[in-house]
Amino acid sequence: MDNQRNEPRIGFYVCHCGTNIAGMVDCPAVAQYVSRLPNVVLSRDYKYMCSDPGQELIQQDIREHRLNRIVVASCSPLLHEKTFRGATEKGGLNPFFFHMVNIREHDSWVHTDKQAATEKAKSLAHAAIHRVRFHKPLEVKQVPIHPAVLVVGGGIAGIHAAMTLANAGKKVYLVEREPSIGGHMAKFDKTFPTLDCAACILTPKMSEVGAHPNITLWTYSEAMKMEGYVGNYTVTIRHKPRYIIEDACVGCLECIDACVYKQPKFFDEFNMGLGKRKPVYIPFPQATPQVVLIDPETCLNLKTGKCKKTCVEACADRKAIDFTQKETFSEIKVGAIIVATGFKSFDAQRIPQYGYGTYPNVYTALEIERLVNASGPTGGEVVLRDGKKPKSIGIIHCVGSRDHKTNRWCSRVCCMYSMKLAHLLKEHTEAEVYSFYIDMRTPGKGYEEFYGKLLDEGVQFVRGRVGEVTDWAFTKEEEGKLVIRVEDTLAGYVRRIPVDMVVLATGLEPQADAQEVRRRFNMSCGTEGFFLERHPKLAPVNTFTDGILLAGCCQGPKDIPDTVAQAGAAAAEALVLIDKGHIEQEPNTAFIHEEDCSGCKSCIPLCPYSAILFNEETRKAIINQALCKGCGTCVASCPSGSIEQNLFDDEEIFSEIEGVLAYE
Amino acid sequence: MPKPKIGFYWCASCGGCEEAIVDLAEDILGVLDALDIVFWPCAMDFKRSDVDAIPDGGIVATFLNGAIRTSEQEEMAHLLRRKSQYLIAYGSCAHTGGIPGLANQFSREEIMKWVFEDGPSNVNEAKVRPQTQWTENGCEVHLPELRHVVRSLDQVVPVDYYLPGCPPTPKLTKAAVGALLEGRLPAKGSVLAPDIALCDECPRKASKPVNTSFTEFKRPHQKILDPNLCFLAQGVVCMGPATRGGCEALCISGHMPCTGCFGGTSRVRDQGAKILSSLCANIAPKEEDEIDQVLAGIPDPVGTFYRYGLARSLLRRRVDLPAPAKE
Repeated sequence: MDNQRNEPRIGFYVCHCGTNIAGMVDCPAVAQYVSRLPNVVLSRDYKYMCSDPGQELIQQDIREHRLNRIVVASCSPLLHEKTFRGATEKGGLNPFFFHMVNIREHDSWVHTDKQAATEKAKSLAHAAIHRVRFHKPLEVKQVPIHPAVLVVGGGIAGIHAAMTLANAGKKVYLVEREPSIGGHMAKFDKTFPTLDCAACILTPKMSEVGAHPNITLWTYSEAMKMEGYVGNYTVTIRHKPRYIIEDACVGCLECIDACVYKQPKFFDEFNMGLGKRKPVYIPFPQATPQVVLIDPETCLNLKTGKCKKTCVEACADRKAIDFTQKETFSEIKVGAIIVATGFKSFDAQRIPQYGYGTYPNVYTALEIERLVNASGPTGGEVVLRDGKKPKSIGIIHCVGSRDHKTNRWCSRVCCMYSMKLAHLLKEHTEAEVYSFYIDMRTPGKGYEEFYGKLLDEGVQFVRGRVGEVTDWAFTKEEEGKLVIRVEDTLAGYVRRIPVDMVVLATGLEPQADAQEVRRRFNMSCGTEGFFLERHPKLAPVNTFTDGILLAGCCQGPKDIPDTVAQAGAAAAEALVLIDKGHIEQEPNTAFIHEEDCSGCKSCIPLCPYSAILFNEETRKAIINQALCKGCGTCVASCPSGSIEQNLFDDEEIFSEIEGVLAYE
Repeated sequence: MPKPKIGFYWCASCGGCEEAIVDLAEDILGVLDALDIVFWPCAMDFKRSDVDAIPDGGIVATFLNGAIRTSEQEEMAHLLRRKSQYLIAYGSCAHTGGIPGLANQFSREEIMKWVFEDGPSNVNEAKVRPQTQWTENGCEVHLPELRHVVRSLDQVVPVDYYLPGCPPTPKLTKAAVGALLEGRLPAKGSVLAPDIALCDECPRKASKPVNTSFTEFKRPHQKILDPNLCFLAQGVVCMGPATRGGCEALCISGHMPCTGCFGGTSRVRDQGAKILSSLCANIAPKEEDEIDQVLAGIPDPVGTFYRYGLARSLLRRRVDLPAPAKE
């Protein structure tokens, strides 16, 4: 340790990285240049510094030449900073006497002029040599992790992730903003390509979630605010008033029968308005939790205060109805958060030429899911809004997908669910079914086979993007029908196909509040608005914030198998984090010189990790080292320069800048 | 034993620092008991030749106020440096360039043209400008040359101590003279004022909320301000957090926000950048156009954040101005 405090004795290494660096940068020339700089004891170039012999070289040189500072010019610190810090430590030095220069991503890979690239490498090396003189020994700290996980969104992704974690013995909070978990999948009738009944495979998982001792299920609730950092997030959950005491409600549904409205007459959200419900209702029969709720917009008592409250009578001793309920908040501490907030169906009215909202017999796919469902508004009977059975049906693909005017991406599931609906509609009605597609996209296990089956079943596939749906009849047989006008690109002419029912295969979009949620959980969004994964291939469920994970369609459109697989992966990533019990904390944290702090509080609201507190006694700010992530925001903004950051103090930063600028 | 000699001199300054000496009032008599003033052109009749006559190092301390803009000021700075054991940069202009330093946003030509031709109060149809040399009736007259940029004193000659402020307060001045007489001076290069930001001694400190997220900025004349509430909490730019204390919050006690004349603390290399970083980070809106709207409340950012410190900041001068020959 002694020699570390004396005059700097710097060892410099420039890595060829095969030809990755050496192909564009003259590595021996860089080494030779650095060897002449003050305080540099030795300077080498080497083919692969990250290899075992490369690391061994550093250790040996530290011992033989009494080096006390190490600089390696190679790839990105993201890749090998740890490696070289390790080698420095093994050589007997504090690992933070090492500094890395990125001459691959920042130099050889992005330049085409060999001479200029070599000069740049020299100036970057010069900066590092300048800076490393000011490095100080630092210690890595361990911070304990809170072992619970928050799952945001109770669709199939959230359910699966929560179950996986809970089964592994972890405490899980599952928060869903709707009154029941289940998400979109709960609305589906069957699932492609196996035609499993969606409810049959989903609802057992739903009740398992509801009953699991390790899962706290909060429906009709939203995660509003997140603070803290990986391993120690504090999240505020808002519970919307249900006007029902959840613990007291047994799900007998007698209040619904007793409601003063004898008939259901209000828009039923779960059935896309195809059915009706009462002000007191349960979203669907298998809803989890089996707890009713009261809609304040339609409940007579909540709206006017004048009602016989027959529901309260029916509830009797259970006393589960509470009209005075207000929204409440709870605060939880978790180590990791899985965001599984799902998608929004494309609003078909945005394409007016398809007539949704204008012609009553134009439906969205999700409406058809409810229509063909045995527990749907019609009990599974497929009838038009006037009660007639359709004799011919046209399904239009890519509504709000692969379309420059709306959404450019392929929603990935529409071809398959359209075929599933074609099959179900044919089965239910024996109608003639047309499917209008641009390209048939069936990549998935058993998917192409399903397409083959549909062809055999006699569904008529027409290739072409539909121009419009109109009720303007040209011929007698078109009268009273909806005419689909399409260029059949296989047949090579424009066709007019009259049908009784039109189904729009609407695409998948980011949720309307995706941007808000993104900010809340400190994530990024891609251009289309879906949450951005850290790496599309190698970190598909991670985000750029440690401990914030993604699952399901909030990351991009995907089918149920992919969603479940991703949810499992997210759960595994969460397990990796919390099972370790602690995280190792980079020592690049910030600290306040108490005697220098004027107590102006400028830094406090800026800290993304809420690590800075105001000590009312001393009237000065203090940084909680365990919470600090070393982002440097407070350091830069401290108006009196009283906050310092390890590895980034002014001496180090300015000497580095001077090093680049003073290079000749 | 002869009394130690001291001198006062002014360069590019307004005269306020001279006033500050006079503001010592009867205390100045105490100073005179202990010291001999050998040079103070503003108040007493001294000539340059009097200084020339003093042996090098013959003055114990010279308090020099004002920035360095002209060749004459530069020359005097060198002369007084040579004659003085301690050279003390007195006041913001000598310390950090002060208000004159704001001229570093403009070229010499722009300044001359405005002052002698375009300024609205000028009557100068012949567009006469001062010349550094003029011969009239066989007599040659010289005027000092205006340099390209304004410099703080320590950008021209080595400075031993700094007394900050526009002007320095009598209390700090007295303390400095006292320290000088008793030989209790701190390390050379020190600023003779506390090294903590003004908020520390601000009477409104307790009223500053933890979260001052700015939705607008107002200048003091645009709003009726609460005399007990932190200016920043009222959306008024106050340089206090980025400014060295020691003035005992004089301006704030007079119900005006701090404008930053004491400069930054010793830990800060650029006072303006620091307060900018702090204020801007605390702006409430996150969208660019909304941020612009908030910032529109600060019409003169350089004049606001670098009012006294531009010449000695990292920015120093407009980039296309010629650099001083010697720095």
